[in-house]
Amino acid sequence: MSSQPRVLQILNVVSALLLAIAAWMSLSYAPTERVMGAVQRVFYFHVATAWVGMLGFIVAAVAGVLYLVKADLKWDKVGLAAVEISLVFFFIAVVLGSIWARPIWGTWWTWEPRLTTAAILEMVYLAYLLLREGIEDPERRARFGAVYTLLGGISVPVTFVSIRLFRTIHPVVVMGGNPNAQGGFNMETSMLQAMLFSIFAFSVIFATLFWHRLRLGALAEKVEQLKLKALQ
Amino acid sequence: MDAERSSPYLKAVWAVTWKDLTAELRSRELLSAMLVFALLVILIFNFALEMDKSARENVTAGVLWTTFAFAGTLGLNRSMAVEKDRGCLDGLLLAPVDRSAIYFGKVLSNLAFMILVELIVLPVYAVLYTSPSSRLLFTPAFLGVVLLGSVGYVAVGTLLASMAVQTRTRDVLLPILLFPVAVPVLVASVEASRAILQALPWGEVLPWLNVLLVYDVIFIALAFMVFDSIVEE
Amino acid sequence: MIEVRGLVKRFGVKSVLRGLNFSVQPGEFVALLGPNGAGKTTFLRILASLSRPSLGQVQVAGFSLPGQAASVRRRLGVVSHLPLLYGDLTAEENLQFFGRMYALPDMPRRIDEVLEMVGLAARRRDLVRTFSRGMQQRLAIGRAVLHNPEVMLFDEPYTGLDQQASEMLDTVLREVAARGRTVVMTSHDLARAEDLATRFDILSRGLISHSVLRQNLRGNLLDFYKEAINDGR
Repeated sequence: MSSQPRVLQILNVVSALLLAIAAWMSLSYAPTERVMGAVQRVFYFHVATAWVGMLGFIVAAVAGVLYLVKADLKWDKVGLAAVEISLVFFFIAVVLGSIWARPIWGTWWTWEPRLTTAAILEMVYLAYLLLREGIEDPERRARFGAVYTLLGGISVPVTFVSIRLFRTIHPVVVMGGNPNAQGGFNMETSMLQAMLFSIFAFSVIFATLFWHRLRLGALAEKVEQLKLKALQ
Repeated sequence: MDAERSSPYLKAVWAVTWKDLTAELRSRELLSAMLVFALLVILIFNFALEMDKSARENVTAGVLWTTFAFAGTLGLNRSMAVEKDRGCLDGLLLAPVDRSAIYFGKVLSNLAFMILVELIVLPVYAVLYTSPSSRLLFTPAFLGVVLLGSVGYVAVGTLLASMAVQTRTRDVLLPILLFPVAVPVLVASVEASRAILQALPWGEVLPWLNVLLVYDVIFIALAFMVFDSIVEE
Repeated sequence: MIEVRGLVKRFGVKSVLRGLNFSVQPGEFVALLGPNGAGKTTFLRILASLSRPSLGQVQVAGFSLPGQAASVRRRLGVVSHLPLLYGDLTAEENLQFFGRMYALPDMPRRIDEVLEMVGLAARRRDLVRTFSRGMQQRLAIGRAVLHNPEVMLFDEPYTGLDQQASEMLDTVLREVAARGRTVVMTSHDLARAEDLATRFDILSRGLISHSVLRQNLRGNLLDFYKEAINDGR
């Protein structure tokens, strides 16, 4: 049983620190937005967690392809870790978004492109996990998982584009433009800083959690091996 | 079919399709199950949704495609289960042809079954829920959308059914795997269908047809590349 | 005809075959024996190109697996304990299907020949699901020799057969082997194996532990087998 490597232990501390600073920046450093009030502060973590979710999605898709090409089981572990983290972070992003949406749009949920695609993506992830559950052979499990992430990786962007052919009411903050969007706002410098720092902080948190999850996967495999040895 | 002229690959594809069609024509198990299920779904919609004359225009496309999607899942499951249960998949894999021939053969037969069911469901629907737009259900445009959508659905469905049938959870898993990934097909098909039924200008329908075409092409190509790794051990 | 060197097959962390060496000359009939779970079926599946080796070299009929699998399959005939036949098709249709999959020239004549050989010519138009297990096994062998393979693999072909059916299978097997084919057969039926094979190999704990040619066998096969298994403990 190896204990956590030095770098990881440092990362743990750094991540916790960055999270604390980001929280302070969101809740106190950034000014209160004039129109929407305090609830707008949710925005910083909302964007950051959605960003991490996207990272996970891309890593999972790439890991899937790499596994199919190289047949090295480590890519399977990478893909699984990425999916699990992305699943959780997108969920947090959606929840935070709902908290923001309720006072601004008057509803917890709306079926506009980004949200709908997020929901479908979560379903893809859950389907992926269920698929893995039903397979005993690790090599087959890795192969099927990789194929499914590949399918999902391509179909979800296509989904987004096709749902976008509808009108959208999701605010486009940074680029602005859609006149039907409600709830957009202009960002002051300190707000921009808070958002960028949150994104940075959560990226580090992503890396830390990812590393932990990979270690967990490796340990689980070791347990499997030991179990088999004991049976023989 | 002249043995010398047609390539062994195409022969194999056609052989798989022919086998499925022949076996099904004899037992008719699959088709009757799909058909009865589809009609039941339409019946349930009668109670679940407001289907009075005014609402029908809005709701027809959605009801039809939901029905097709569910009935399609039944067909996909059964078609692959036959191969798995009697170990026939091994028999197919032993043939000296590229594995993708098996995939295309299966896609064609699954497509045939789905279209057959759709062609029966459409007139039944038109009779049960007659409305001014009912005759539009049988125009080439509408039927074209049905075809394109079914192709995309079956292409992905056959691939996923090949995976699902090898897991412990089997039948239950296919819809869970299929629906999230088939969303573009369903959305585009429903929207294109609705646009046609509401006699909207062609410009409204075209983007959805593009989505369907793109999806079909991408996923058939993907399946072709990936099918091998799914059926091999 | 068959050359295997250092074959390793792992499922996850479990090793089923551990560096197996195996060699068969053309025309030999090898009976592969061993306790359940020893890896006989896994080994046969690898030889049949249905499963990939984790490590090691496998050559069948001069082609290496898995790289030249398609060429191997053309020269291979496989019979497993599952019939690999389609119940809703007739005997004739089953053979037609496989004939097409193998791009067989002169199919009708060959099918007639095969049906005669396995004694099912009278039942050619009957659905396979009406066949008894023995008849299905015979048809399965017919399917396996349809394309005149040089190498034949039999995995527990006698499973579930009664005395009469087993005797019929004997006759067919002898005829099949008599045509100079190379045969590898796994079986739990030692008496039958003793009758048919020219060589006996024991697969135990992922390796070939014992091998003896028929002419060198002293005493009967059962004793040899028991001794070999006890040696391994």
